[in-house]
Amino acid sequence: MQPTSHAFKDNAHQALGNANLQKALALMRSGFPARRAAAVARLPEFEALRDQGKAIKDHVLENLDFYLETFEKNVKAQGGHVHWCRTPQEARDTVLAICQRLGAKTVTKGKTMIAEEIALNDHLEQNGITPVETDLGEYIIQIRKEYPSHIIAPAIHLVKEQIAESFRETHRDLDPARRLEEAPTLVAEARAVLRQKFLAADVGITGANFCVAETGSTVIVTNEGNGDLTQTLTKAHIVLASLEKVVPTLEDLSTILRLLARSATGQEFSTYTTVSTGPRRPEDTDGPGEFHVVFLDNGRSAMLGTEFQDMLRCIRCGACMNHCPVYATVGGHAYGWVYPGPMGAVLTPTLVGVDEAGHLPNASTFCGRCESVCPMKIPLPGMMRHWREREFERQLSPAAYRYGLALWAFLAQRPPLYRFVTGLASRLLGWAGGPRGRFRSLPLAQGWTAGRDMPAPEGRSFMSLWAERQKHRSAA
Amino acid sequence: MPAAPIRVGLFVTCLVDLFRPSVGFAAVKLLEDAGCTVEVPQAQTCCGQPAYNSGDKADTKAIARQVIEAFEGFDYVVVPSGSCGGMIRKHYPELFADEPAIFQRAQHLAMRTYELISFLADVLKVERVEARYEGVATYHDSCSGLRELGVKEQPRRLLASVDGLRLQELPGAEVCCGFGGTFCIKYPEISERMAADKAADIVASGADTLLAGDMGCLLNMAGKLTRLGKRVRVRHVAEVLAGSAEATAPIGAAPERG
Repeated sequence: MQPTSHAFKDNAHQALGNANLQKALALMRSGFPARRAAAVARLPEFEALRDQGKAIKDHVLENLDFYLETFEKNVKAQGGHVHWCRTPQEARDTVLAICQRLGAKTVTKGKTMIAEEIALNDHLEQNGITPVETDLGEYIIQIRKEYPSHIIAPAIHLVKEQIAESFRETHRDLDPARRLEEAPTLVAEARAVLRQKFLAADVGITGANFCVAETGSTVIVTNEGNGDLTQTLTKAHIVLASLEKVVPTLEDLSTILRLLARSATGQEFSTYTTVSTGPRRPEDTDGPGEFHVVFLDNGRSAMLGTEFQDMLRCIRCGACMNHCPVYATVGGHAYGWVYPGPMGAVLTPTLVGVDEAGHLPNASTFCGRCESVCPMKIPLPGMMRHWREREFERQLSPAAYRYGLALWAFLAQRPPLYRFVTGLASRLLGWAGGPRGRFRSLPLAQGWTAGRDMPAPEGRSFMSLWAERQKHRSAA
Repeated sequence: MPAAPIRVGLFVTCLVDLFRPSVGFAAVKLLEDAGCTVEVPQAQTCCGQPAYNSGDKADTKAIARQVIEAFEGFDYVVVPSGSCGGMIRKHYPELFADEPAIFQRAQHLAMRTYELISFLADVLKVERVEARYEGVATYHDSCSGLRELGVKEQPRRLLASVDGLRLQELPGAEVCCGFGGTFCIKYPEISERMAADKAADIVASGADTLLAGDMGCLLNMAGKLTRLGKRVRVRHVAEVLAGSAEATAPIGAAPERG
């Protein structure tokens, strides 16, 4: 997909005026944080687990080559294949080649953000292969020709009336008089439609929440079980993963799994945790004929050893966006690419460039709530600040803003001059706004006063009043 | 011989200096009542956050050095803001991580620097204040104070000792009000919507007074509440704890003519 992150302000403006989106976001605001808090409260060792999880991922990142090679060796030992792809194009071509070799007409897909990152569906369709999303949220946005607005709840920007409407438009062979007002009826309908697709599919594609080095297994967590059907019924199971998904052992996996669902949805554990190890063996009753793991780099290895390395600890739980007041106000599509919210604000400039995504690390109040809930303790605001430093060096922010900042910084380093100017400003503003106590409009602050008053200063600066008080005291 | 009084350097903060000197004097009163001597170094301007959060590291460091020098020699440095306090306490040492000589001084300053209310409660062990305020107050936890400095129970504990004041918890008290320093300048439309959501929560709490410990958040919330025509009195928590609220009109309200 073409990023629209450069148009973040316009995207946000649209989002603020979108009544359905605002309704959906209000539900999200009240849902996720409370559920996470309750789940965390039930697990006294949660904080200690965060430290353990962070330590596992840090260790992996320091030894990434070793664990990736170990993983590859163990996948091969099980009869599977590993493909290394530097770019989205390489990854798309690799997946397409497998599908074409197997003569695939239809592929079913479990949820995978890497497929979004490489725009896989478009590529398959252009080559005559029909991708079918099997995660309910992904299915909904596929039939609506949208893209995910959230990394674990892709259709969270919609209200159920919109979903019912899309189902009626798409499932034309079903009884037009059927009732679709409630979530369970929507789920049942999607389930029935998707069941046929599963049986017809030639290849199944899933993501990977984890790749376990010691066993060569890939792991996904879902709440719908769609991932299992996607991968067991087909000629080939293709796993799309990024490099940082590898963990050393099953023990490490279970440590991080204890953090994942609690942070994401407030569940103790996701309904399904599926471990896939190699293709179907002769003694297996089912399973895919082939097993392929396609690793995408796409700039991640270049983050190693930089101030952005910590971002590679991310386990894609979505807690940062669930708790982000900016995300909760504008929704995920405003961010203009695959990864929204705080993790997207750090990752997107890395993956699509800071010229495209420069807004995202600026669109944060640095309230710190994301970092406080991140199971991997990723210093998200700090990394957004690193991006701002790079943007500042390249003078990417608007000229008026930069000049204003430079003037202020000049004054702030000259205390007597600064005191003179602020003393004058507080007198002037206090005099002008004093009688009402506030301004309804103020030059140079039109953005603020468009929807808010600007409270007026009392009229004297503290420093000037303090100087007077000291004079009186010494005179007394 | 009685112990020497604690010598406190007050970091006024630019917003208190410019907008609301009474918060500075309330801080001085609270500190003096608790037995400190208070001095206000003249070489202070701002903590440097606008530059820091805009990615301007060189100016941030220059301003930080100025603050470090101005506040050397005090037993403690006290700030009536969690945001500026967090900047000095948490971010100054980070800034100079690669410059050992100044890092030491930054670290030394950071260790002695406290947000006002947590200084009173945690360091001076103040348990109650002599103050009176008629009203039902709700309290917004400003982000930096809460998450960088752990300011949460301290203001509530001290407010509980104010005669006549009843504290009503604010739903979503830990959610950002949308001020965000440079954020409200760069993204005013989003900032305004966040302020509107916060204002709705404040009104829903039923309180007649809104308190917080940071002028930035207070200007933002007060500005939204007055624009909506809501008659909630907005004040810095120090004004109420110092018993000096009556002397000044609430933030954004017209002064009484007298």
